[in-house]
Amino acid sequence: MKLTKLAAIATAALTMATPVLAELVIPSLSYRTGPYAAGGIPLADGYADYFHLLNERDGGIGGVMVNVIECETGYNTEKGVECYEATKGEGALVYQPLSTGMTYQLIPKVTADGIPLHTMGYGRTSAANGEVFSNVFNYPTNYWDAASVAVNYLLDENEGDLNGKSIALVYHNSAYGKEPIRTLEALAEIHGYDLTLLPVDHPGQEQKSQWLQIRRERPDYVVMWGFGVMNAVAIQEAANIRFPMENFIGAWWSGAEHDVLPAGADSDGYKALTMNGLGMDYPIFDDIQTYIVDRGLASGAGDQIGTVLYNRTIYAGFLTHMAILKAQEIHGVADITPSMMRDGMEALVITDEMMAEHGMAGFGPAFEVTCENHGGPGMGAVSQWDATAQTWNLISEFSESDKDVINPLIEEDSLAYAAENDIELRCN
Amino acid sequence: MLYREAGDYKKSYAEDSQTFPLKLDRYGYYAILAIAFLVVPFVINDYWASAVLIPFLIWSIASLGLNILTGYCGQVSLGTGGFMAVGAYASYKLMTSFPDLNIMIIVLLSGAITASVGVLFGLPSLRIKGFYLAVATLAAQFFLVWLFNKVEWFYNYSASGQISAPTRSMLGFEVTGPAASASAKYLFCLVLVVLFAWIARNLTRGRIGRSWMAIRDMDIAAEIIGVNPLKTKLTAFAVSSFFIGVAGALFFAVYLGAVEVGEAFGIQKSFLVLFMIIIGGLGSVLGSFIGAAFLVLMPVLLKNIMVIRLGWPGDLAGHLELVIIGGIIMLTLVLEPHGIAQIWRVTKQKLRLWPFPH
Repeated sequence: MKLTKLAAIATAALTMATPVLAELVIPSLSYRTGPYAAGGIPLADGYADYFHLLNERDGGIGGVMVNVIECETGYNTEKGVECYEATKGEGALVYQPLSTGMTYQLIPKVTADGIPLHTMGYGRTSAANGEVFSNVFNYPTNYWDAASVAVNYLLDENEGDLNGKSIALVYHNSAYGKEPIRTLEALAEIHGYDLTLLPVDHPGQEQKSQWLQIRRERPDYVVMWGFGVMNAVAIQEAANIRFPMENFIGAWWSGAEHDVLPAGADSDGYKALTMNGLGMDYPIFDDIQTYIVDRGLASGAGDQIGTVLYNRTIYAGFLTHMAILKAQEIHGVADITPSMMRDGMEALVITDEMMAEHGMAGFGPAFEVTCENHGGPGMGAVSQWDATAQTWNLISEFSESDKDVINPLIEEDSLAYAAENDIELRCN
Repeated sequence: MLYREAGDYKKSYAEDSQTFPLKLDRYGYYAILAIAFLVVPFVINDYWASAVLIPFLIWSIASLGLNILTGYCGQVSLGTGGFMAVGAYASYKLMTSFPDLNIMIIVLLSGAITASVGVLFGLPSLRIKGFYLAVATLAAQFFLVWLFNKVEWFYNYSASGQISAPTRSMLGFEVTGPAASASAKYLFCLVLVVLFAWIARNLTRGRIGRSWMAIRDMDIAAEIIGVNPLKTKLTAFAVSSFFIGVAGALFFAVYLGAVEVGEAFGIQKSFLVLFMIIIGGLGSVLGSFIGAAFLVLMPVLLKNIMVIRLGWPGDLAGHLELVIIGGIIMLTLVLEPHGIAQIWRVTKQKLRLWPFPH
């Protein structure tokens, strides 16, 4: 009896939600609840606001309105599956799950269903090899690039020599946190630094023993691959053992306002990588103010605008927007399908002029996506937290990672995946 | 009036001791089986399979398994998530090491491997009982998750520690991997569920089941009348872990396709299955199904009502869902501590007499 009732409700719900008008469906797998909500809220807000801005200001993309369907996952893979199945039938153009665990699950599924997956700076790094992963894109950058950019930055600080230095990696003990280990190990062999691995279990509230070890061993640098509550706890623990904050570098998922604010003034000087522009000094934020905030359309509580993660999904929205325009241009239709979207993403070219035209000059690097390279240039910059002004400031240029180290690793991992799953190489 | 046994004569012992002694029940059972096997596979779509029915079937196997150990044999276990992980990783290693092995054999072998691990962790139950045993099995939970995270051999040295199920087929139909159809995955799980429910029912009403219940009700008395506690407790651990291992293998290979041990098989999964059997009904096969349905289907139902029907924001619905399910759990336990299966039993008793109770 429970099943039949459920059946009735779900079928009614599904028939109700069938699209009638032509629209571009962008699902947003958000996590505004659960242990990672602090990061999930700005991420979901930025993504929704960007597409609502296009609807309000330009009347959609190429004259077709965008419909953002938000589905709450709570950063839980099972709910993610439910969300994916619930939204894929609506004509979803591209998935951005904002979770590495979910990405691993979706990679084979989207490939079978012919829907593109865009994992910007997270997910499976070796998906950058378009010859193996036809439907997965991780431009403009990925984890291994991040690890390399961090090491390059440390090299610059030490006049190009890390011999005898020690680096500790504090990481979330999950697929996400384990990703950079291989790159850091490969780089350790080249540059001669000493790498210590310190895993922190989900959700990351308990880190006393890891920081005790850091206090005892006194590594020269600490690199962190954390997310959610783990970041704030780590920064607090670092402050407690008086670890010098300027020697503490987080990945780009470990460097948002909500990560540093709990530690107060002690967090001053903490560094984090970033792949997108920071702050609100871009013309696009005037448009967001005019078309979204002033009209009362801001999603969520509307208090996240201009934060690091909000800007990141504004950037993600912009890249999706450009890919849709490209797809419309290639196929000559405005109401594109997921497979057309995939073609658009594969032919995507981002230039500095395009970013300037959309009010985002210098927000990210210029790059091109090709059939072989779905990963983009792999650029990152280092930002630093100013606890007095409560702002993140860029302290380095966007710079390239060490591709000589990363490309063979991508090749190796992706070919292993291809062999395991009998995938024929494309692009020949 | 509608539901009664008058005229339902039993002519043999076998008839008298069958699982569904009443005609109405029996026909209902056949009807459900017929619908499940003959109708659902033709109407099922991806959403129904992946979001509703497959998780329900898999959690049913897991809760049947834990119900055997906790409900029938009285040994509290908090290691369910860890044992599911054993099943999942066993199936992954078997699938990647022996690509030609049939998936059904892989799933059953994973169950067998989990059974042996379960017996190992069941050994302390000979000395410790109750809460202390719960703590010992909790150790199994944490140890196993740590093990699968730490030892790279278990995930074939992949960079991220994720395991992904390759494509495998059964009788020419793909049941794992991304291209597997909804009905193939559903039928594969359904066959196993029916098989395991049948095994569970028949084990628990036979000699082995009675020895389990004797140990549960009073272990010293059971020992005096000749029940061997070593054999009884360890068989309960073995059978229970076998079921849970199969559930873990299906959870990984058929349902999710890619898992990461900490997220998919954490302590919350152990609690989830324990809640399933407590809410459904300890020591009841039907209760295992009801509990699984309650905790797997209710969140999906609530989400569909609140987000799609009423158009509420997802985060509000997400929080309310926790409140509502928590509330229903407390209400059920206050009103009927023996679980929903007991409510069903009482209802049947009342219906037999209705409308003339005197």
